[in-house]
Amino acid sequence: MKSNLRLAWRNLWRNKRRTLITVASIFFGVLLATLMSSMQEGSYSSMINNIVKFYSGYIQVQHEDYWDTKTINNTFVPTDSLIDEITSVTEVTLITPRLESFALASSEEITRGCMVIGIDPEKEKEVMDIGKWVSDGVYLEQNDRGVLVGFDLAKYLELSVGDTLVLIGQGYHGTTAAGVFPIRGILKFPSPELNKQSIYLELKTAQEFYSVDQQVTFMVLMLEDQYDLKKAMRKLSNQIASPYAVMTWEDMHPELLQMVEADRAGALIMKAILYIIIAFGVLGTIMMLVMERKREMGVMVAIGMQRSKLSWILFFETIYIGLIGVIAGFTGSIPLIAYFYHNPIPLTGDAARTMEEMGIEPLMYFSWLPSVFYNQVITVFIITALIALYPVITSYRLKVQLALKA
Amino acid sequence: MSVIEIKNLYKIYDGSEVEVRAVNGINLNIEEGEFTAIVGPSGSGKTTFLNLVGGLDKPTDGKVFVDGIDVWSLKSRKLIDFRLHNIGFVFQSYNLIPVLTAKENVEFIMQLQGWSRKDRIKRTGDLLKAVGLADRMDSRPAKLSGGQQQRVAVARALASKPKFVLADEPTANLDSKSTENLLDIMEKLNQEEKITFIFSTHDARVIKKARRVITIEDGRILKDETK
Repeated sequence: MKSNLRLAWRNLWRNKRRTLITVASIFFGVLLATLMSSMQEGSYSSMINNIVKFYSGYIQVQHEDYWDTKTINNTFVPTDSLIDEITSVTEVTLITPRLESFALASSEEITRGCMVIGIDPEKEKEVMDIGKWVSDGVYLEQNDRGVLVGFDLAKYLELSVGDTLVLIGQGYHGTTAAGVFPIRGILKFPSPELNKQSIYLELKTAQEFYSVDQQVTFMVLMLEDQYDLKKAMRKLSNQIASPYAVMTWEDMHPELLQMVEADRAGALIMKAILYIIIAFGVLGTIMMLVMERKREMGVMVAIGMQRSKLSWILFFETIYIGLIGVIAGFTGSIPLIAYFYHNPIPLTGDAARTMEEMGIEPLMYFSWLPSVFYNQVITVFIITALIALYPVITSYRLKVQLALKA
Repeated sequence: MSVIEIKNLYKIYDGSEVEVRAVNGINLNIEEGEFTAIVGPSGSGKTTFLNLVGGLDKPTDGKVFVDGIDVWSLKSRKLIDFRLHNIGFVFQSYNLIPVLTAKENVEFIMQLQGWSRKDRIKRTGDLLKAVGLADRMDSRPAKLSGGQQQRVAVARALASKPKFVLADEPTANLDSKSTENLLDIMEKLNQEEKITFIFSTHDARVIKKARRVITIEDGRILKDETK
C-alpha cells in the first residue's frame, strides 16, 4: 500500500502545471461554495436575530389560549415554580416578561391604533436593547410612569419628548383601560412597522393600565446559541404543561422559516451548478491523464500488476488532487470568512432600503458555523472520490494488447 | 524439456470486409535455454504471436502450454499472476515507469512478487550490474539513453526470475552500438544463467546472434532453423 501511495504521489507531479490547475479549480470551488454558504447562513442568522430580538425572542411561554386568541384575558402570572422550571433548562440564558396588547393612542385631536408593550426595562436591555434605538429623550427606568413611542407614531400624533400621550383600550375582563402618560423618549427602530405602531411602558405601569395584577401575556426566553433551539424546546416541552404553552420563533414566524427554506433550496441550485463545473473540470483532467497513460497501464498489467492494485494507484492520484484542493480551499476560506465575520459588508442603495423596511440591519453578515466549512469540504471531496472511479473502471476494462499499442 | 508448447494456434480478426488470420495454425515447441528469434516482415504476425504466447492476447483457437500449464485456461487474476511469476517482457519502446528510477523499475516486479526489501535490493544491484548500469541506478528513465533504458527493461524482465523472456523488437529503437551492447548482455545471460529468450525482430544483427530462427509469414511458420 505504501508503495502504491508513493507511486500515485509521484505520478501526480509528472505534469505539475496540469495538477496545479486542477487543484486550483477545486480550491476556488471550495472557497466560493464556502463563501456563498457563509453569506447565506449569515443572512439567515441576521434575519432570525432581528425577529428574535425585536419581536418574539427565541422561545415564548404563553397562556395556552393566547396564540389563538390574543386578548388581555389570556394572561398568566409567572409563578416562582414556573420560572424555576424554565431556568433549570441550561440553554436558556435570559427570561423576561412582557404584557402586550392593543390600544388607541391619542394626542390632542389625532388617534391611532397601536401596540402597547409592557417590559422590564433592565432585562430588555439584553433582548431588544431598546435604549440603543432611543433617538430623542431617555430610556425607561424601573417603576417609570412614562412611555417610549415609535418615531412614525409620534410624528403622526404630532408628539415629542415631554408631551402627554393618552391611551385608551380594553383592560382585563372587559374593564376600560385609560391612562395619560408622559413621553420619555422617541424610538427609531430599523423596522418601519415598529416605528409606526409601538409604545413601550414599564411592566408595572402596563399591568396597572390593563388592570391585570401580576399577569403577563408571555415570557420571552433567550438562548446562548440559536442552534440550541430544538434542544431547549424539547426540555421545556417536557417540563411545562397546561395551562401554559411553549412556542419557538419558528412556530410564531412560519413565514420566515419558509422563506429561509425556499432561499436555501435556491442557493442549493447555485451550489450544485458550481459543483458541476468543478466536477467536469476535474473529470476532464482525469480523463486526459488516463488517456495519456493507457500504454503505461497496459505495461503494468502485462508485467504482472493486478488490476486492483493499478486501480488503487489511479484512485489515490485523484484522491490526492481532491485532498490538496479541498484542504487548500478550506485553509484559504478560514481567514477570508473570519474577516467578513468580524467586518460585515454594509449595504447601500435599494438593497439597504429593502432590508431596513424588513426590519433588518442593512449589513451583509457572514456565518462562522462549522457546517459552513465542512459541508463544502465533504461535498467536493465526495465529488472527487466519485470521479476517482473513472480511472478505476478504466483499469478494469483495459485491454492489455490494445493498451500496449496506444 | 519444452518450456513452451504451442498447439494449433490461431488468431483471427473479423474485419468488416476481410477476415485477417494474424496467426494461422502455429505448432511449436521452445526448449529451456533457447535463444530464439521470430522473424518476418511487418504484418507477418510476430507481435500477435508473442502476445498470444505471453498471455496478453487471447487466441481464437489453439493452446499455449508453459511448463505444462494451459495459459489460456487461467482466469484473469491468475493469468496476471502467472505472467508475473513466469514471463519477462521487453518491449520495443522500453516502457519503463517514468516516475521510478532505474533501481525502482527493476525492484517494482519483485515488490509485486512480495520479495523482502533486503533481497530486492541485492538482486536489483546484481541485475543492474549485469546490464552495465550499476552507476545509473538512481536515474529516472528520462535521464537515460534509449540503449540504457532498454537495458533497464531487460533487468526488469529478469527480476522476477521468469521461465522465459519475450522481447518484442527490442532493438528497433536503438542505434547499432546500443544494439550490440544489449545483444551481448542478453546472450551472456542466456548462456550463463540459462534464461530462455524469444525475440521478435527483423534486425539482421539480432538474427545473427540467435541460435534458432523461426520465420513467420502470413501467420504461418515458413522456416524453423537451428544453428
